[in-house]
Amino acid sequence: MAVALPPPARDPAWIGRVFWIGAGLVLLWPLMVATEFRPWIFLARDNLKVTGQFLGSFLPPAHAPDFLAMVARESWRTVAIATAGMTLALVLAVPLTLLSTRVLSVSALSGRMARGPFWLRQALRWLLIVLRSVPELVWALVFVRVVGLGPTAGVLAIALTYGGMLGKVYGEILESGETHATAALLRNGSSRLQAFAYGLLPQNAAELTSYTVYRWECAIRSSVVLGFVGAGGLGQQLDNSMKMFNGGEVLTMLAVFVALVALADRVSAGLRKALG
Amino acid sequence: MKPAAANSPYRLPPPLWSARCKACWFTTAVLLLVVASFWSLDLQWGQFLSLEAARSMGRFLGEFFPPDTSPEFLRRVAIGTWETLAMSAFGTLLAAVGGLLLALPASRQHEADAARARTPTRLLLNALRSIPELVWAGLLLIAAGLGPFAGTLALAMHTTGVLGRLFAEAIENAPPGPGAALRVQGVGTVRVFLYATLPQVLPQLMSYTLYRWENNIRAAAVLGVVGAGGLGQLLAFHMGLFHMGKTATILGAMLLLVALVDALSHGARRWMTR
Repeated sequence: MAVALPPPARDPAWIGRVFWIGAGLVLLWPLMVATEFRPWIFLARDNLKVTGQFLGSFLPPAHAPDFLAMVARESWRTVAIATAGMTLALVLAVPLTLLSTRVLSVSALSGRMARGPFWLRQALRWLLIVLRSVPELVWALVFVRVVGLGPTAGVLAIALTYGGMLGKVYGEILESGETHATAALLRNGSSRLQAFAYGLLPQNAAELTSYTVYRWECAIRSSVVLGFVGAGGLGQQLDNSMKMFNGGEVLTMLAVFVALVALADRVSAGLRKALG
Repeated sequence: MKPAAANSPYRLPPPLWSARCKACWFTTAVLLLVVASFWSLDLQWGQFLSLEAARSMGRFLGEFFPPDTSPEFLRRVAIGTWETLAMSAFGTLLAAVGGLLLALPASRQHEADAARARTPTRLLLNALRSIPELVWAGLLLIAAGLGPFAGTLALAMHTTGVLGRLFAEAIENAPPGPGAALRVQGVGTVRVFLYATLPQVLPQLMSYTLYRWENNIRAAAVLGVVGAGGLGQLLAFHMGLFHMGKTATILGAMLLLVALVDALSHGARRWMTR
């Protein structure tokens, strides 16, 4: 007869757990040194005073009519920079996708792709990788040097980074779907553009649009960040107010920014749901 | 009786624009938004596309070469890279702890749980999440001063919001059986979580955390532009002083770091899903 064991009074695996916690703490030490992790500097006398004053100035949030008008104008500019950047990114990404996708290769229909087209596609892929692996903030820093402060630098930075991202993901979407219709069109002598418009595009249109809308939402977020290096929009004003320690303005703009992101999130989620 | 047509009559193609067509409204709205954006921004295309700009761009790119590869500077770049890595790793770790602590009040543990803190905690998580790392860094610089500490905390703040929400959803979706079995035995909430819920969701939490770490390495590389340590701070410093050779080296290190992380995570994912 089985005897019911009394439940263990102690965690049976405690030795192992204690050992791994200790090992983790030892590994953590160099990280804490490298990141200069010193939370007690928050409690230093003068630091506490500055922080307290800054936080105290948050209330009441700035609400002068001309300030609010400025915030509204800058919010629109933020959206406009993101939208214009996305448009240019599409102008960049669509041709690159058409040129670099394997599905539209005629020579690949019968065995291996010919050498010339293969290397052309590979080179375009590398170009896309380079475009998207430079962070948009770095592109913006470079363009601010060339075209000066203002929205042009932001638009160009978003266009290049997002062009690379869109091109890569579009290519993946096109290649992951069903390709029989496209291959049949190409085999029967349609041109590549025809095969794309009547075979590939109708099958993948919903997914492509949904990804583009999602990226637009991301572009709004990054266009705020780009303002911090002088590319215009809400970010630039936020940076100015932070440097002036004007807490009330910072609070208003943060609230507007959070609302803007939430709105873009909602719109994009709704559109993507409608697209199915 | 009228004879039926031998073949059904051709249907006309749909009109180009009709008020009932949702796609038409969507396309119109997008076109309007794009036109309004380009129209309202004072974009200086003339200046950008002019010969003068092309020449200055060329000069600018030309100055990148040769990159500075003196051993002394390479050592500083290596330190910056290590700092970036450390910031991202430690920031993600802090965020995982913070996210877990906030995910508990933000989730309904079982059916009878009133979860009064659920809505306010989720609001807090949303606020943390919707402010980007760079803005957090700008705010924290005031309290923590220049350096990697502010950057680490900024990463931790934003990532706490992201991970907290993901963790809360993972906890709510965990199979309720083991937890219920312990609960009917009279085991307390904390121990139910530690011995029933946590072991079930731990693999998912780990994979979310690793995924965010990958994102954070990228973010940490540029955070320094506002003065929060790592490679970005070196970049902003040398670009500000027009040390183009040094800037090129730092950009190279940044690209290398990002490419390395991409390759590693791609390899790891392929290995795990094989």
